[in-house]
Amino acid sequence: MSTQAARKPRVRAPGPGVPLALLLPALLGLAFLLVPLLALLLRAPWRSLPEQLTSPEVWEALRLSLLCATTATALSLVVGVPLAWLLARTDFPGRGLVRALVTLPLVLPPVVGGVALLLALGRNGVVGQWLDAWFGITLPFTTAGVVLAETFVAMPFLVISVEGTLRAADPRYEEAAATLGASRFTAFRRVTLPLVAPGIAAGAVLAWARALGEFGATITFAGNFPGRTQTMPLAVYLALQNDPAAAIALSLVLLAVSVAVLAGLRDRWMRAV
Amino acid sequence: MPKHPETANSGPVPATAGLDARLVVDRGSFRLDIALNAAPGDVVALLGPNGAGKTTALRALAGLAPLAAGHLRLDGTDLHRTAPESRPVGVVFQDYLLFPHLTALDNVAFGPRCRGAGKREARAGAAEWLDRMGLAEQAGTKPRHLSGGQAQRVALARALATHPRLLLLDEPLAALDARTRLEVRAQLRRHLAAFEAVAVLVTHDPLDAMVLADRLVVVERGLIVQEGAPSDIARHPRTEYIAQLVGLNLYRGQADGHTVRLDAGPAVSTTEDLSGPAFVAFPPGAVTLHRERPTGSSARNLWHCAVAGLESHGDQIRAELTGELSLAADLTTVAAAELDLHPGAPVWAAVKATQTHAYPA
Amino acid sequence: MTRSAQWTRRSHRIGALGAGAVLALGACSASGSDSVSGTGGEGVSGTVTVFAAASLKESFTELGERLEKEHPGTRVTFNFSGSDALAAGIANGAPADVFAAASTKTMKLVTDHGLTEGSPSTFARNRLEIATAPGNPHGIDSLRDLTAPGLKVVLCDTTVPCGAAARSALTAGGVELSPASYEQDVKSALTKVRLKEADAAVVYRTDVRAAGDKVEGVEFSESAEAVNDYPIARLDDAPNPEAAKAFVKLVTSPEGREVLGAAGFLAP
Repeated sequence: MSTQAARKPRVRAPGPGVPLALLLPALLGLAFLLVPLLALLLRAPWRSLPEQLTSPEVWEALRLSLLCATTATALSLVVGVPLAWLLARTDFPGRGLVRALVTLPLVLPPVVGGVALLLALGRNGVVGQWLDAWFGITLPFTTAGVVLAETFVAMPFLVISVEGTLRAADPRYEEAAATLGASRFTAFRRVTLPLVAPGIAAGAVLAWARALGEFGATITFAGNFPGRTQTMPLAVYLALQNDPAAAIALSLVLLAVSVAVLAGLRDRWMRAV
Repeated sequence: MPKHPETANSGPVPATAGLDARLVVDRGSFRLDIALNAAPGDVVALLGPNGAGKTTALRALAGLAPLAAGHLRLDGTDLHRTAPESRPVGVVFQDYLLFPHLTALDNVAFGPRCRGAGKREARAGAAEWLDRMGLAEQAGTKPRHLSGGQAQRVALARALATHPRLLLLDEPLAALDARTRLEVRAQLRRHLAAFEAVAVLVTHDPLDAMVLADRLVVVERGLIVQEGAPSDIARHPRTEYIAQLVGLNLYRGQADGHTVRLDAGPAVSTTEDLSGPAFVAFPPGAVTLHRERPTGSSARNLWHCAVAGLESHGDQIRAELTGELSLAADLTTVAAAELDLHPGAPVWAAVKATQTHAYPA
Repeated sequence: MTRSAQWTRRSHRIGALGAGAVLALGACSASGSDSVSGTGGEGVSGTVTVFAAASLKESFTELGERLEKEHPGTRVTFNFSGSDALAAGIANGAPADVFAAASTKTMKLVTDHGLTEGSPSTFARNRLEIATAPGNPHGIDSLRDLTAPGLKVVLCDTTVPCGAAARSALTAGGVELSPASYEQDVKSALTKVRLKEADAAVVYRTDVRAAGDKVEGVEFSESAEAVNDYPIARLDDAPNPEAAKAFVKLVTSPEGREVLGAAGFLAP
């Protein structure tokens, strides 16, 4: 009630300044995004919800989702930030091509990504057969496989975001660090990294959110086994086959958790920046 | 004072101490090619118009721009192929480039940390430097909360904290407002005077150069056009750019006894006795203007001119004249009014021979 | 042996190619006659839309071509997908004339909404087989062999018909099996075997047949306990009831059984 009252003048204030030709599509777009979420809430099986949510499978899937998305984000940071630095700060032949290849998973249907991962890292894959032969490591059908599938799909978001921030950051700070005796790596670690931290954080959030919702590559590469590779999106999809109410309940949990985490992180950064 | 005035003017210095460099840097179609020599304790100012290559020279000294040719020796050590982080060089950048995420203290401690000092040791050293700069209270302050003058001093402390054998300053006062500038210039002069190794500063402001440096190197279009002690350059400018900087009318011609026949046309009588190519210079204040041709004047140098433009300079008026000789003349506002000067007005300009100064070109 | 298999496959492909060409020609003339006369033989003409379980793709496509040939001016369009997804689509108002499901349970979702015309009839049955790599390298001979240590087995998820059937068979045989994965549908289970990521999968006999020599099928006795009935029904608000009736009739006719049998289906 009070928030509504507080918001009203904010909506009315830009009225005369906002052209109708922009306002109408904007509102339409907003409605388009919000109505499905609203429908999810309206049709949610509120009465059976407590029962749905107390089943251990739900918590297992949620725990696995959070674990895998966070691990995938961490993995993306470890290799994605250096990759972004390479793309932003160095010049080598074919850099444009490499950049295009990095962004390829953004347009690739995730299922195709999953098949590609199977062909590369599967038990019989180009690289995977050696992993199996030398170390006895097989990745499909494992939690590690879920992490890899999510990383494959989510890392481009991080790389693109961090590369943009790096390009916007003043490279002369790195020069200043060099004149003070910092090697290129020290300059990166102690100067560049803190300078682009907000961009890295934004990229990490994007990657995390993408990883959390990842379905196609995960089910194709890692399969579906409760507690091991069945993340929330997989549980939702399979529940939808014969129990839509359970699927809606699971979706609500995923929605609530991601909103809570994103809001919490945003507050922290707002204070830090 | 660790200064050696006798070496400040001398050309080559012993290869064992100080800076010995010939910097050749290509940047597109632009080529910088200058030789720089300085003894420990020297403060050399690179002076020149924008785009002359001053900053490029500084970047080459710091290792941030590669040399296309030439050499670079510091205290007898060849630095030509040494990476920037391994050179004993400290840089104060034009806009300081203080790391925004670090406090003043950690900015100053950054260099010592990178060069292997422990965290506590580096911070103690940094605190000492800040104290010396009168910034003890700002140790915990982030750069964006520092005033321009404070930031400049932190930048200087940061550059000095690594004990460089070559200190480079890129337009150290350009980012400051006029009032702060006066104060910081005086402080910087003190710190540079106390600095025991070579300092090279880049500026386009002749006053900064003359106050801060023992020796000026004037660079135009990538080449050195003149170098020497500030007083010498102020008295004997050899290019139009320097003459303008130091506020002199400068002409080139052929001297024959007490007369220099200018390339521009008329002759100028001087007190010096010279022969061959020579420069003649006189300050705008030495010029007297008359509406009628002066009759009883003792001035031997008299030219018929016309006013091309007038400009107020403090309580003085500067008149730009064209005609037999192009020159600038300074006169008081009252005199200008009495003469009824306006653009296009014909005037006679006179300069006493004793007010001119001729020197070999 | 391998050579003869390749031969048959090639000749089969050529046959399919010929059929395709005939179909293309037929379609042209059909649309021409449609615009001129407007009616076919016994009132069967126009487009009929069939929603069918994915496992029916090969046999139903062939039957559709036969119907089009029999009744010039008729076009059969298919939507092959998971039975559950199709049932959900029909329940939400997707325009279809005929629904053929891979289980009676799925068909029940539609009949419960009162959306069928008459009661569904079972036209085929499918049973499970174990799919292995060609040559059956692990020597799998029974359902129990799947529990061998180190063997990677994938099943369909229990929410889809092939998973439910596998579950019944395992229960009937008293076999405790921990699979590597519960796949989202029968095709992805089969894909895992084809890519050699899994050593075996429990899938439909028809899927093994359709995969040709890429996998090898192993029959097992417990599959008798989990036979899937395939029901077919005309839908209540079918846009083209006459053609729908004709298609259902063809599917349940001896001719239809023959085509389905060739694909590996059992008679009802």
